[in-house]
Amino acid sequence: MTATIEPEIGKSRRRKEDARLITGRTRWTDNLTLPGMVHLAILRSTAAHARIAAIDTSAARTMPGVLDVFTGADIAASQGSLPCAWPITPDMKAPPAPSLAVDTVNFAGEAVAVVVARSAYEADDALQAIDVDYADLPVVLDMAAAVAEGAELTHPDLGTNVSAVWTFDSAAAGTGQDVDAAIADAEVVVRRTFRQQRLIPAFMEPRSVVVDPTGAQITMWSATQIPHILRLMLAMTLGVPEHKVRVIAPDVGGGFGGKLQVTPEEVIAFLAAQRMGRPVKYTESRTESLQAAHHGRDQIQQLTIAARRDGTVTGLKVELLADMGAYLRLVTPGVPILGAFMFNSIYKFPAYRFVCTNVFTNKTPTDAYRGAGRPEATFAIERIMDELAAELDIEPMALRERNWIKHEEFPFTTVCGLTYDSGNYEAATARAKELFDYDGLRAEQLRRRESGDPVQLGLGISTFTEMCGLAPSRVLGSLSYGAGGWESASIRMLPTGKVEVVTGSSAHGQGHETAWSQIVADRLGIPFEDIEVIHGDTQSSPKGMDTYGSRSLTVGAMAVVAAADKVIGKAKMVAAHLLECAEDDLEFGNGRFTVKGTDTATTIQDTALAVFAAHNLPDGMEPTLDSEATYDPENFSFPHGTHLCAAEVDTETGRVSLRSYVCVDDIGAVVNPLIVDGQVHGGLAQGIAQALYEEAIHDESGTLTTASLADYTLPGAADLPHFTTDRTETRSTTNALGVKGVGEAGTIASTPAVVNAVVDAVRHLGVTDVEMPCTPMRVWQAIQAGNQSGAAK
Amino acid sequence: MRITVNVDGTTYTDEVEARLLLVHYLRDRLGKVGTVVGCDTSNCGACTVHLNGHSVKSCSVLAVQADGGEVGTVEGLARDGTLHPVQAAFHDNHALQCGFCTPGMIMQAIDLLADNPDPDERAVRHGMEGNLCRCTGYQNIVAAVRDAARRMSPGAGPAAERLDEQSVTHPVGGE
Repeated sequence: MTATIEPEIGKSRRRKEDARLITGRTRWTDNLTLPGMVHLAILRSTAAHARIAAIDTSAARTMPGVLDVFTGADIAASQGSLPCAWPITPDMKAPPAPSLAVDTVNFAGEAVAVVVARSAYEADDALQAIDVDYADLPVVLDMAAAVAEGAELTHPDLGTNVSAVWTFDSAAAGTGQDVDAAIADAEVVVRRTFRQQRLIPAFMEPRSVVVDPTGAQITMWSATQIPHILRLMLAMTLGVPEHKVRVIAPDVGGGFGGKLQVTPEEVIAFLAAQRMGRPVKYTESRTESLQAAHHGRDQIQQLTIAARRDGTVTGLKVELLADMGAYLRLVTPGVPILGAFMFNSIYKFPAYRFVCTNVFTNKTPTDAYRGAGRPEATFAIERIMDELAAELDIEPMALRERNWIKHEEFPFTTVCGLTYDSGNYEAATARAKELFDYDGLRAEQLRRRESGDPVQLGLGISTFTEMCGLAPSRVLGSLSYGAGGWESASIRMLPTGKVEVVTGSSAHGQGHETAWSQIVADRLGIPFEDIEVIHGDTQSSPKGMDTYGSRSLTVGAMAVVAAADKVIGKAKMVAAHLLECAEDDLEFGNGRFTVKGTDTATTIQDTALAVFAAHNLPDGMEPTLDSEATYDPENFSFPHGTHLCAAEVDTETGRVSLRSYVCVDDIGAVVNPLIVDGQVHGGLAQGIAQALYEEAIHDESGTLTTASLADYTLPGAADLPHFTTDRTETRSTTNALGVKGVGEAGTIASTPAVVNAVVDAVRHLGVTDVEMPCTPMRVWQAIQAGNQSGAAK
Repeated sequence: MRITVNVDGTTYTDEVEARLLLVHYLRDRLGKVGTVVGCDTSNCGACTVHLNGHSVKSCSVLAVQADGGEVGTVEGLARDGTLHPVQAAFHDNHALQCGFCTPGMIMQAIDLLADNPDPDERAVRHGMEGNLCRCTGYQNIVAAVRDAARRMSPGAGPAAERLDEQSVTHPVGGE
């Protein structure tokens, strides 16, 4: 009777989510139409920094279909200040952050007036009739200038453009030696400055929000990654009782950190719905999305690396300027801090110091973008390892091997004090080199150099790790983050043996419904098809910390596993009672409780029905198997991998084309290989896009000139190569499934692999750096300069 | 202005403003919300539909330009619970994650296969260039389009529009 069921974990299940997405039966927020619903449109500042001298809305009020027009002054008392949950230092400076500007605007694209009208077209028409008189103020755009003595100020009331300075020093922390001594004593010191250009997450679904104020609760549908955090923050920002707010994230079309936010538009829609007493909808245009949804990256990174002539690194000093933009959004100040612990990457550096200066400018606020701090760190360390290798004339992979943590040295406590539980960098690298034909490509590179081929070949390496599974609550507390990092789940056993899994994770493309079904199917021994995964609604999924930081599987799914184990525990009590045996006499497998050594058994489904009937339960037992669990990780997880990129650079035009890309990722145990490969592919595309294509550019007045998808150039299918992906598997020792997380790996690893390949292709021409994105113009100029462009030795 | 348009096999007659975009007519007037808007410069292709048998970006077509025409959307592809082979190939090849670009991708892929029933990887990448995806890195989309080409018998490109003749049966749902 106990036929072995093939495990679901590890199977490339096709996704449950797809059925509605491929047929157009979707539930995007913008699809919603509620009875009596009206539409709002937002007038946005054309000035990057100005005092609002006057706003004349009188003409707009008389336009057809217009129901309400309001400005920041009208809601100044009720709108509160948008939340920042991460005060990284006790003295961090933060300006008030109104959703709708009241007397000054601080970046181009900031909301200044709102029209509510019968239709979206009429609302847009009325925007054109609003007249704003801006009195221009000095515009602060350049971070380095912003921190100089006598600089013009983004927020004059703060008296400085510096929001905070945050330091980690291994000598002070007792986790390592003194970096200044290491630099002073070094046989070789290499200094570089790298620029992380400003990027835009550019999720495909523009943000949209619908608010219905007509029920006992005010219900908000929003294209958000964080329905639970959003509800809490709406309550705290607006003073609305938390239990009077329900937030629903229906189908959400990508986020990449860009929807990890409490947005001005959500607050404005909430207040507009309260003013109107009827449902309102706001959906941004792509231009608004590019201007006003938060941006990412934008750092200047100065690195100093100290080493011995044999390549042993003896210390690393990192000094950052990080652009906050005009305001501190939800986790803006903490993004660089997430990178602070990753500059040492997979290496055994004995001394380390990190100093980050967070700077205000009159630009769109920055915040999390896929990887959030860790791509920046990985880029910088992997770039400077190549530069150190060149300086020492050591093969770049050999330099890495000399410094990385050997597989037998795990668990390993790094110079930052993090304990990496597991990993095998040798294995991933060996596999990647084999798939890549590393030695063959090196030989070809040499041939091309010797023949003076106009198209040169470069090999780029990125051996990376990341900290995933955000996050142990105690660690977050020690970093002054405003909340914990746990996740919640509950499992409801229905009388017919079907199961509802409620998760506090909030999927927006990751495939939770499929992966969680696989995990629960294995745990409870029930069919994959008999499981429904419920998420993204504070009513049906009341507790959660949502989805970001590659945390869903490593934290969210662990809560699911814990809840499933509680279900099994209760069911076992019932099964023992029904089978008239002791619990210890039962074994559970494949969904069956069997009396050891006999054929006597009952299924978990039959147990669920017996519990529902409740006719014959153990004394004192509640008639339910439903269980809830909250999981707080004890440690991060540390996925790693080796990414290798071969780039051809046309030295006559500067054009870069990626010839091959191989990545071998070690993400621990794999629940669904199909989903994992998809996550890696998409991550690679975004990392490569940073290396080659994307940049948010402002003109001298502070206007974003890349405010359309014609100008902010997301890569298309023809801009990307075929990726060769493979995996090694070193299980995480810190969670029950041995998983590590995969959502950000591709993005974190790929950017330096590509830029290292570009530089490697033309290093013999005197190029030591190419600033990102490595456009043909920049590459050509770097070759012409025969020297560095953007890197200061 | 008064227009008459056949959308996914049903004929509608409506009074519309001259400036109304086809995509807004589909979404806001007909409730055909399977077709979505991703940008305002016709770069992303999320709004791609078929107008008189050819793919168009419905954010750059006026509803009045569709007067007297036939519009096909992603919602009209599956018939009687059977997916179009391109839909089935997207599912089987995991060619979507968030799925927002997917309606446009599928409609463009059908148009591409009508022109070129057996495209190689390069032809697919270039043929899909006007449709942006932020999740997949395109690799599985390319695989899906080529897989769909294999599923649709040789010379069956134009037949992509005639679903009743398709022999491929694929239930809507999980594996």
